[in-house]
Amino acid sequence: MFVSLLLVLLIGAIAWAGSAAGFASLFGVALPYLAAAVFVVGMIRRMVYWAKSPVPFRIPTTGGQEQSLDFIRQAKIDCPGTQAGVFARMFLEVCLFRSLFRNTEADARAGLPANSGPGSVYYSSKWLWCFALLFHYCFLLVFLRHFRFFAEPTPQWVTWLETLDGLMQIGAPRFFMTGGILLAALLFLLGRRVFNGRLRCISLVNDYFPLWLLLGIVCTGICLRYFDKTEIAMVKIFIMGVTQFSPVSAEGIAPLFFVHVALVSTLLLYFPFSKLTHMAGVFFSPTRNAANDSRRVRHINPWNPPKQYFTYAEYEDAYRDVMAEAGLPLEKEPDRPAG
Amino acid sequence: MAKLPTPQELIATRPPFPEEHWLDVRPEFAPGSFCYPAKKETMELLHMPNPHEWDPAAEDWGLPENWERILCDAFAERLEKHRSLKLFMDICVRCGACADKCHFFLGTNDPKNMPVLRAELLRSLYRRDHTVLGKLLGRTVGARGWDKSVVKELFHYAYQCTECRRCSLFCPYGIDTAEITMIVRELLHEVGLGTHWIMDPVKNCSFTGNHLGIQPHSFVEIVEMLADDCETVTGIRPKTPFNKKNAEILFITPSGDVFADPGIYTFMGYLLLFHELDLDYTLSTYASEGGNFGSFTSFNMAKKLNAKMYAEAERLNVKWILGGECGHMWRVINQYMDTYNGPAPDNMTLPVSPVTGTAFTNAASTKMVHITEFTADLIYNGKLRLDPGHNDHIITTFHDSCNPARGMGLLDEPRYVLKAVCNNFVEMPENTIRERTFCCGAGSGLNTEEIMELRMRAGMPRGNALRHVQRQFGVNHMACICAIDRATLPPLANYWAPGVTVSGLHELVANALVMTGGKKRTMDLRQEDLPGAEEDGADGREGGE
Repeated sequence: MFVSLLLVLLIGAIAWAGSAAGFASLFGVALPYLAAAVFVVGMIRRMVYWAKSPVPFRIPTTGGQEQSLDFIRQAKIDCPGTQAGVFARMFLEVCLFRSLFRNTEADARAGLPANSGPGSVYYSSKWLWCFALLFHYCFLLVFLRHFRFFAEPTPQWVTWLETLDGLMQIGAPRFFMTGGILLAALLFLLGRRVFNGRLRCISLVNDYFPLWLLLGIVCTGICLRYFDKTEIAMVKIFIMGVTQFSPVSAEGIAPLFFVHVALVSTLLLYFPFSKLTHMAGVFFSPTRNAANDSRRVRHINPWNPPKQYFTYAEYEDAYRDVMAEAGLPLEKEPDRPAG
Repeated sequence: MAKLPTPQELIATRPPFPEEHWLDVRPEFAPGSFCYPAKKETMELLHMPNPHEWDPAAEDWGLPENWERILCDAFAERLEKHRSLKLFMDICVRCGACADKCHFFLGTNDPKNMPVLRAELLRSLYRRDHTVLGKLLGRTVGARGWDKSVVKELFHYAYQCTECRRCSLFCPYGIDTAEITMIVRELLHEVGLGTHWIMDPVKNCSFTGNHLGIQPHSFVEIVEMLADDCETVTGIRPKTPFNKKNAEILFITPSGDVFADPGIYTFMGYLLLFHELDLDYTLSTYASEGGNFGSFTSFNMAKKLNAKMYAEAERLNVKWILGGECGHMWRVINQYMDTYNGPAPDNMTLPVSPVTGTAFTNAASTKMVHITEFTADLIYNGKLRLDPGHNDHIITTFHDSCNPARGMGLLDEPRYVLKAVCNNFVEMPENTIRERTFCCGAGSGLNTEEIMELRMRAGMPRGNALRHVQRQFGVNHMACICAIDRATLPPLANYWAPGVTVSGLHELVANALVMTGGKKRTMDLRQEDLPGAEEDGADGREGGE
């Protein structure tokens, strides 16, 4: 955990020192270009890598009643029989984290009064679902809000978003709720990895690093808006230059901005090589994106090996005499009559 | 078999997580923690790669010289063949939602039984050979290389997963540990590591047609005996058609139902039901196995054992296949059979119930219908005369088997039937039934005696749920639609909820079935007296005609 924290701090420090020492264009121009290219190419390559392997079998995890007799009600979303059902299932999975919503916490006790003996208890446990959902949506909204910097004039929908986001009307500049929720959600996701023994056991650098990185991005972002206030107009001109492939001088922009940009770039660079590819991967998941119709429609396996099995003819050859004795019908009568 | 701890002790003595990082911990192969290895001759007969004698408790497992090359290549090949594997290796975020969804984890508290970590065992190897960061940074990012102790670890935990898919239901990306376990088992078979309890049935099924190795004449004899028992109970001796050409329907069920108590009563239930319907059907001694232990071995072995179904349907010129109550058999039929061995032979047609005329369009391609679909349709159309009073001495609950629940979605058909044949039906708690059902603790080829304590641990969530309804509602019976369940649930019930009996669904159907021309029932299919049957029974016949 600390290794990944140090790593994020180190990246931040290098960006800070570098931009202060006059290499701002390295962190503000070259690095983002590189990161964007690696992200796009890397993600495409990863998806091609997945797509190259076939889905030999139709293996949806059925989460409800199959399509069956007319008087039995099918769970059309959790056990879809059609593409429309699959679409609904995937929509709920991707947009509302439906599977995670099922989450429970299980506990077994040696003595449970209701059982007068051992028993299991299941609690509803929606915290992970709740904070995961908050994190992803706030991250999306924060990302969209940044279009203020990517387009001139600022699109109308961005202004609406900002109005909505600042609805609480706290402070000046107005406090954006998404930023605060994003920070809280990240701290929750990090906290459970630190304080929950099971999570601590399964967590790797690969899990802490993106969390610290995102925390770094959110914290520098918040600082840039509320505390170490950046000259917004200059930043916009600078970013517009980058997005239109005619970079302008970065002079006068605080080093913290370049720390922010460097951390975002690191995220993009890291993305295609990490678990963060779940963003694209969820759409490929064969237990979710297929209809449970394999008895109705034949699914083809491109590498289906040839059939090799103990044939009936071999079986009868092996057991012809005893089969005749048992009075079983035969394809070929035994040489000597049985008995 | 070692003495089992009491259920209370079993729960109380689950060890805490080890202090060390999981990468530094290796499993101990104490007796009772592993299934016995497959015999060398068995593996040779099946042409499995690198057959050899070995002992899980020994230091040296006798792996072939180039074992690492074999495993690396086999793994790379599986990645090319299965998108699921690539994806499941890449996209897990280790959110931990799956952790306490696994019955093995709940029962053992072994961190590596958390589905996420079970997959990490393989994922760590994937990182080293197939990811940029893993190649560069190694252990820092959770990558590790193969060594012999890793092979042992994979074996240990691939046989502490019953491929029940409960974790995949809760995973936000649908990562399916069953898929990973299946592939790990495939890899282990490449270096000659398999278990006796799985490979012996596979061998039997390959050469005699069924897991138990029952030869054709014995199969006939046993079924005839069961038909005799049917007569004792009902006064009617059901037909027992074997290998009959041009029958309308081929009936296939797990061989466990022919052989083992209490599955035999379910089988008697089938015979009586088909007789009462005067169904034009046949059993087959060649395709005398519905189950498929090959599916616990490798995809190709599953295909090989499954091939007999269509082959026999073609030879006997039947129109469609009716399948008995079995869990993994139906996972294979629903999700694999048509892909493996389809398309169905030309002589087969869209399954239509000859009794009700209902077309089973959901099985239009495989042309194989589940017996509970068939029976539910009969009951819905009023084609069965049922007296659920014959089952009044039981208060039953229903155990959803993992495979029909999460690999098929067969949930309400058996309930529909059960409610029609039993007056007293109580569901277990909602987190333990339907798509969230818990495994019996011994599916996927783990139903062997030598790991009984482990089975009881893995069966804890199911056991506790059963105990709950036993205490709260006086439940004394559990119905199921799986042959493995019928073998594994009786010891589980005996341990966690003593006094609860287990049966297949069609045993209860036949108990309630009023047979045309049959005698008044004074006993159930197990030839146990029906309470109250003595007093009011006078004329001795029922059903009329």
